[in-house]
Amino acid sequence: MPVFEFTLIILVGSCFAGLLGSLTGLGGGFIIIPLLTVFLHVDIHYAIGASLVSIIATSSGSAAAYVKEGITNMRLGMFLEVATTLGAVTGAMVAVFFPTNLLAILLGVILITSALLTLRKKAVQVVHQKNALAVKLKLNGSYPGENGTIQYSVSRIGGGFVMMLFAGLLSGLLGIGSGALKVLAMDNIMRIPFKVSTTTSNFMIGVTGAASAVVYLQRGYIEPSISMPVVIGVLIGALVGSKILVKTKSSGWLRWVFVVVVIGLASQLIYNGLIGKI
Amino acid sequence: MQAVIGWVLRIGVIVSISVVFVGGVIYISRHGGAIPDYSKFNGVPNFVQLHGLINGIISLKGRSIIQAGIILLIATPILRIVFSTIGFVLEKDYLYIGISLLVLLIILISSISGHVG
Repeated sequence: MPVFEFTLIILVGSCFAGLLGSLTGLGGGFIIIPLLTVFLHVDIHYAIGASLVSIIATSSGSAAAYVKEGITNMRLGMFLEVATTLGAVTGAMVAVFFPTNLLAILLGVILITSALLTLRKKAVQVVHQKNALAVKLKLNGSYPGENGTIQYSVSRIGGGFVMMLFAGLLSGLLGIGSGALKVLAMDNIMRIPFKVSTTTSNFMIGVTGAASAVVYLQRGYIEPSISMPVVIGVLIGALVGSKILVKTKSSGWLRWVFVVVVIGLASQLIYNGLIGKI
Repeated sequence: MQAVIGWVLRIGVIVSISVVFVGGVIYISRHGGAIPDYSKFNGVPNFVQLHGLINGIISLKGRSIIQAGIILLIATPILRIVFSTIGFVLEKDYLYIGISLLVLLIILISSISGHVG
């Protein structure tokens, strides 16, 4: 396929991925990698490299807005980034030893799991019990709620840290943001309010992505001609998505659309991986 | 400090995407009809090395300019940590100065050891 058509198809697909990714809060990488590998027959390492670049762009772009609103817990983010970057570097280092079809199968399984995780009910939880380690690390915080400032405490820091190592590992290995896993760790293990965990997770994704991107960059896995339409497309889609999100509150059915799309694409990845076509 | 970090992220994304876009326009106008094959890994291109990248940018090669934009984009969150560290220095929060420097160190080691394999 000539460069012009190839670039145009990726650009349109990435716009769509960025739009769905921002509306559901899952990020664009989920759709980009299967699109590139299954439909355009791009080597999975190039697809992972391009996806990494796009998650750094969307994470940094939206973090800029959230940080100003004061919801992001920057100390918590910085502390957990020790775990996610360690994991990411390890993941990027070992990725080269993985056969491409195994990467595809693993990615498929993770995509389906993460998509299903987003359907969970989000209970509003605020823990006030002070954890000694959280006090020492100054992790407890507050954020502007509807009826004034809401104070919260952070629990089970060790467990959260280990889960972040794992999230970072997957991010480095598969080029995804692992946002669903990061939020899960902060919600279910560390008992952090949902609003704080989603924005802080997004804040961390850029740094986690950068830690593994420096490895991919030197290996030549980040191909400029593929990454260019991906990053521009995803960013346009994410921008449009954030504008829509301000106007409409209910994205319930959209989540289902996303889950179905992701499961369809992920099954293709797993199938192609199993028969060794990727 | 939060406002400064917000600006660092925003400007970083805008500048790097603009560079990527310029490189993309040049690349397509020069190679729009070429038929590349990305189904197998093609080996490490020469713009991965710094002198190769600079030579590519000077001779206005599209892929080298895109690559430069991508490097700026990757540098954006790293720059964010540098600014956070400065913030913690101003607050005299020694624990978090240490934690921020540790994250920077991990990324630095990662960028040095990337050539393995």
